Amino acid sequence: MYIYDNYDKQMLQDRIVQFRDQTRRFLAGELTSEQFLPLRLQNGLYIQRLAPMLRVAIPYGCLSSRQLRKLASIARDYDKGYAHFSTRQNIQYNWPVLEQVPDLLAELAEVEMHAIQTSGNCIRNTTTDQFAGVAVDEIEDSRPWCEIIRQWSSFHPEFAYLPRKFKIAVCGTPNDQAATQVHDIGLYIKKNDKGEIGFQVLVGGGLGRTPVIGATICEFLPWQHLLTYLDAIMRVYNRFGRRDNKYKARIKILVKEIGVDAFRDKVEAEWLHDKDGPATLTHEEVARCRVFFTDPDYQDLDDIDQAIEDAAASDLLFSHWLERNVALHKKPGYRIVSLCLKETGVAPGDITDTQMEFVADLADKYSFGEVRVTHEQNLVLTDVRLQDLYAVYLACKKESLATPYLGLLNDIVCCPGGDFCSLANAKSIPIAESIQRRFEDFDIQKNIGEITLNISGCMNACGHHHVGNIGILGVDKKGSEFYQVTLGGSSDRDTSLGKVLGPSFAQAEMPDVIDKIINVYLENRQADESFLATYNRIGMDPYKEKVYANAD
Amino acid sequence: MPTLIKDGQVVDNPWSLLAKDVDLNTALSDESSHIVVPFALWQEHKDSLMESGKAVAVCVDSDDDPYELANDVIDLPLICLNFPVFRDGRAFSAAAILRERLNYQGEIRAIGDVLRDQLFYMKKCGINSFDLADGVKVEQALAAFNEFSTSYMSTVEEPLPLFRRR
Repeated sequence: MYIYDNYDKQMLQDRIVQFRDQTRRFLAGELTSEQFLPLRLQNGLYIQRLAPMLRVAIPYGCLSSRQLRKLASIARDYDKGYAHFSTRQNIQYNWPVLEQVPDLLAELAEVEMHAIQTSGNCIRNTTTDQFAGVAVDEIEDSRPWCEIIRQWSSFHPEFAYLPRKFKIAVCGTPNDQAATQVHDIGLYIKKNDKGEIGFQVLVGGGLGRTPVIGATICEFLPWQHLLTYLDAIMRVYNRFGRRDNKYKARIKILVKEIGVDAFRDKVEAEWLHDKDGPATLTHEEVARCRVFFTDPDYQDLDDIDQAIEDAAASDLLFSHWLERNVALHKKPGYRIVSLCLKETGVAPGDITDTQMEFVADLADKYSFGEVRVTHEQNLVLTDVRLQDLYAVYLACKKESLATPYLGLLNDIVCCPGGDFCSLANAKSIPIAESIQRRFEDFDIQKNIGEITLNISGCMNACGHHHVGNIGILGVDKKGSEFYQVTLGGSSDRDTSLGKVLGPSFAQAEMPDVIDKIINVYLENRQADESFLATYNRIGMDPYKEKVYANAD
Repeated sequence: MPTLIKDGQVVDNPWSLLAKDVDLNTALSDESSHIVVPFALWQEHKDSLMESGKAVAVCVDSDDDPYELANDVIDLPLICLNFPVFRDGRAFSAAAILRERLNYQGEIRAIGDVLRDQLFYMKKCGINSFDLADGVKVEQALAAFNEFSTSYMSTVEEPLPLFRRR
């Protein structure tokens, strides 16, 4: 984990003092609502349907157990005893009181956390693969680079009033778990023939109203130039991104309108000035950041464990969990454990204060005191000994954190939707629940196999519906909530955007609709073909025919 | 009377800011000896303006291209950057371009919707005078320049990023 030095601490304190005064001036009537809006947003504070919502940054999804305990106590003291992990590796509180937010932020600062730039038209929290540093196929640990980007982007004076929000993802593995291609800037870490590190730079990806897959503008940017190149992209966007229409203000629209080549030319022209200038990264700085992410004190262990195999043979649910929620680790004798926050009846990504404290304890006992947050709204213990898996499983089971369907149908990605969010056109949480109830049986899910089902309550696409194998979008039709279904989306290395199945459905129809879609897949799949592979082979028509068969 | 802060001091403002649609004759007959002319007028009538005997500055709006002043910066004692609304952040980049790219050494003034809470970032980008919007309190504005002790990244004010200083 990155540890703050006095500079980091001082800037965080400066920010707290600044926002306390901004809040005071707003409450005293010295700032209008319009003037306060970007200030509070850049401190993570939304005014929502029922209360303010505070989004706290979890830089690139990394949390210490100490930080998680603080998040738990804040949930208890300032909220209703729970919080929500978002699809951007952040955490959200739904019920804080505006007047108390400065105090809440001061508490967060005690554990080097904050809500800086978690909203507003600025550079947001940088996200990455939740397996960074432990993945078996990793090219390079993305975390030091994310930290370098975090520092560069925090309080950047030139880019605090961009045309629109701006999201950067970094991925250091061939198997992209960071949805890199649907970010405003996506960075794939690469190594050249000489073993030197660089970045493939994609721009203009994004979901929302106009989903776009990012286009590559640089195949290999040597690492020294990362920040100057990012500065150049940001400057071109800040100057030329559209400001006349909120829905056309993202960088993807600029890239589309002027074309990738013209955009690249502008960036390169701007970059020429800064290239090799003072913002050029140094070996010393990269080495300094890498120190915070070195391997923990691993033991030399066997990579097989008879007791665990025995436990799996006698405990069916454990064997399911082992199969679904446990991934291989770069170090023999260790495993990566995902805690799936998708218990039926609980809003996807929600977690209680006691569950957070439990996970913190678990991390201390079994995983070097660290936890990761995933953009699929789950938690990860990255460094669990193979021999401890059954103990971890049993402990999680008691806390309702052992749902064994990571990556299966019920591991639904879902935004807070109309129950909380003032932007939403429709509720999303009850849709997730009705589908989860329909497919509750583990064997059914297992038979379906790997699939992603993503739900958004509106066009803003916080639930990433465009890149779900099955996507569900809440829409407003003459004041009623309806749901549009897309098929064929994916956010992995071969990113694709889902296509619309047809006319939208009422809420009550949704479990049946999903059931029919799944049945078309099961009837058509060949061998162990995935849902996505079958869809890509047979196309949309069979699904359409089945789902709308009785529509006339 | 709007308040002008320059280099951390409240100062008098001798400059007359002319309307965006002003024509050359009206500009030249302005009673002030110091005129700030719109970008388009400057581009079209640079020579006449320079020969007028008046001190001439130019106002760059947020959709003007500051690079087009590349050959002019030497002649300009003042460049105003307009913030039509405080949310329009293009002038932050314009300021940085004037300082870093065009090596402009004169006064860069933020005009328009210039609020207290943007001042720190404006100064970091190389703006050194501030024509405060109505209602902005001077003491608060002066305090705003020191809100943060330092910055992480390379800026106009401090080109060395923190990683080269820490």
